[in-house]
Amino acid sequence: MSEAMLKVDKLVKRFAALTVTDEASFEVRAGEIHALIGPNGAGKTTLIHQISGELKPDGGRILFEGQDLTHAGMPAHVRAGLVRSYQITSIFKRYSVLDNLALALQARRPGQASWWRKAVADEAIYAEAEALLATIGLQARGSQTAGRLAHGEQRQLEVGLALAAKPRLLLLDEPMAGMGPDESERMVELLRSLRQDVTMLLVEHDMDAVFRLADRISTLVNGRIIASGTPQQIREHPEVIKAYLGDEMESAL
Amino acid sequence: MRKSLLHHRGLGLWALPLLALLAAMPPLLMALGMEFYISVLSRVLIFAIAASSLNLILGFGGMVSFGHAAFVGLGAYTVGILMDAGITSAWIAWPAAMLVSALAAALIGSVSLRTRGVYFIMITLAFAQMFYYLVISLKAYGGEDGLPLPARILKDDAQYYWLLLAITAAVMFALQRLINSPFGRLLQGSKENEQRMSAVGASVFAVQWQAFIIAGALAGLAGALLANMNGLVTPHMLHWSQSGQLMVMVIIGGAGGLYGGALGAGVLLLLEEVLAGYTLHWQMALGLLLLAVVLFAPQGLGGLLKRARHE
Repeated sequence: MSEAMLKVDKLVKRFAALTVTDEASFEVRAGEIHALIGPNGAGKTTLIHQISGELKPDGGRILFEGQDLTHAGMPAHVRAGLVRSYQITSIFKRYSVLDNLALALQARRPGQASWWRKAVADEAIYAEAEALLATIGLQARGSQTAGRLAHGEQRQLEVGLALAAKPRLLLLDEPMAGMGPDESERMVELLRSLRQDVTMLLVEHDMDAVFRLADRISTLVNGRIIASGTPQQIREHPEVIKAYLGDEMESAL
Repeated sequence: MRKSLLHHRGLGLWALPLLALLAAMPPLLMALGMEFYISVLSRVLIFAIAASSLNLILGFGGMVSFGHAAFVGLGAYTVGILMDAGITSAWIAWPAAMLVSALAAALIGSVSLRTRGVYFIMITLAFAQMFYYLVISLKAYGGEDGLPLPARILKDDAQYYWLLLAITAAVMFALQRLINSPFGRLLQGSKENEQRMSAVGASVFAVQWQAFIIAGALAGLAGALLANMNGLVTPHMLHWSQSGQLMVMVIIGGAGGLYGGALGAGVLLLLEEVLAGYTLHWQMALGLLLLAVVLFAPQGLGGLLKRARHE
C-alpha cells in the first residue's frame, strides 16, 4: 500500500457551542480517488474548508506530505499542492473562459508579479491555458464569457481553475452539484481522465458517481469519521448502513 | 492582439494629438486673453493624478477608500514643512512627499485591508480624519489657517503647467502599464472574485496592500504638486469632503476605466469653473450630473465614450 499523502488527525472545529468537526481522522493515499461521504449536515464542507486552509481548526492536525499545514493560510496550502474546488461555482463570471484559466495560472506563479510586463501578451501562460481548456473539454468555449456557460460547463471550468493551480491533491467539493445525468457523466469521465496525474479527495452526494470513481471511501457522520475503507467494505459496514438508513445510499447499495 | 477584458487599451496613437493639444493650451489661452484658465487646467492635471490613483484601488481593485484626500494632504504638508525648513528643491520635496504618503498608506492599508465593505469605507475615513486633526494641531505649521509656502518652484504659470503635463502623462502611462501587468491582473481578479483568487494561490492581501501603497504615493505626488501651485497648504486638503470629491470624479469619469479618473477630474473641475460663474448653486447641477451618470451610465462618461466608439 502506498504512503498517506494527506493525514487528517483528530481535527476539531467548533462554532460556538456546536462541534461541527469532532476529532475527525482519516488518510488519503497518493494516487487514489478518496471519496468523503456522509448525510446532509455531517460537516463535509466544513472539513474541506479546514483541509484547504480556508478555515482554521480548533484542534488536531493536518499533515500533507509530512508538512504541517494545520495553521497555514490558503496560499500556503496551494503552494504545497493542496487545491480545492467549490460546491457553489466560483469562477470569474465576466471574463472569458480562457482568461479565467490564464488568470488562475498566473496567480500560481511564485514570486512577485511584474508591475510592468504586458500580461495579455504572455504566450506561455495562454498556451498553458489552451491546453487546460482541452483537458476540461471546453476547447470550443475559450472566448465565451464564463458567466454565460451552461451550468455543467461552469462546473467543468470550476475544476479547470483548481487544476490551474497545479494541485497534487485536488479537493473536490460536490463537483456534480445540480447536474443532470448527461452532465454528471461528462464530469465522471473528466475526473477519471485526471486520476493519472492527480490525487483526489471527492465530496459528493451522487452515490452512483462515488462508487464508480472512488478507490476508498470515508464516511463522516456528525463530524466524526465512522468508517474508512474500500467501496465494498463501506457498502457492508453496519454503522454506515445505519447512518444512511432511508437516505440516498439505499438506492446506490 | 488577443482580446481580453482584463486588458485595458489606452488612448493608443490618440494620446499624441491629445498631448499636443494640451501642450498648446497656454499660448492659445494667452492669445485669447484667458490666462486665468492655465491655472484651472493645471488643477485639472493635478486632480487627474489624484483621481487616477484612487481609481487604481477603487475601480480596478474594488477597495472603496473614503480617505484618499489624506494622502494628498500629507504629500502637500511634506512639501510645506520641508520648504519651511529651507529645503526648497522639488527634486527632494516631491519624492519625499510620495514617500511620506506611501508610508501612511502602508500603515492605513495594513489595518483597513483586513476589513471589507462598509467597515473598510468607515475605517479609511476614520484614519483620514485622524490625519486631518493631526495637521490642525500642528500650531507651528499654521494650525487651522494652514501654511503658506515661501518659494515657488517655477515662477511662470505656463512653465509649471507644462511640467505638470509631462508628469501627468508619465503617471498615466505608468498606471496603464501597471494595470495591464500580471500584478494588475491579480488586482482586477481579486475585485472580481476574491475567494477564487486566493483559492488558486494568490496572496490577495499582498496584492491589495501594494496597490494601496502605490495609490497613496501617487496621491502624495498630486498633493506636492498642488502645494507648489497654490503656494499654500491647508488642513482642508485632508478633509473628508475632499475624499468625497475624488470619489465623485472617479464615478463620473468611470471607475475601472483607464482614463476614468482623469476624465472625471476634467469634467468636474471645468464644470465647477463654468457653472460657478453663473450661479452660487452650481453644486446642484453637479448633483444632477452625478445622479444621471449613476443611473444611466454606470461605467461613467468613459464607459459612454467607449460604447460610442464600438458602435
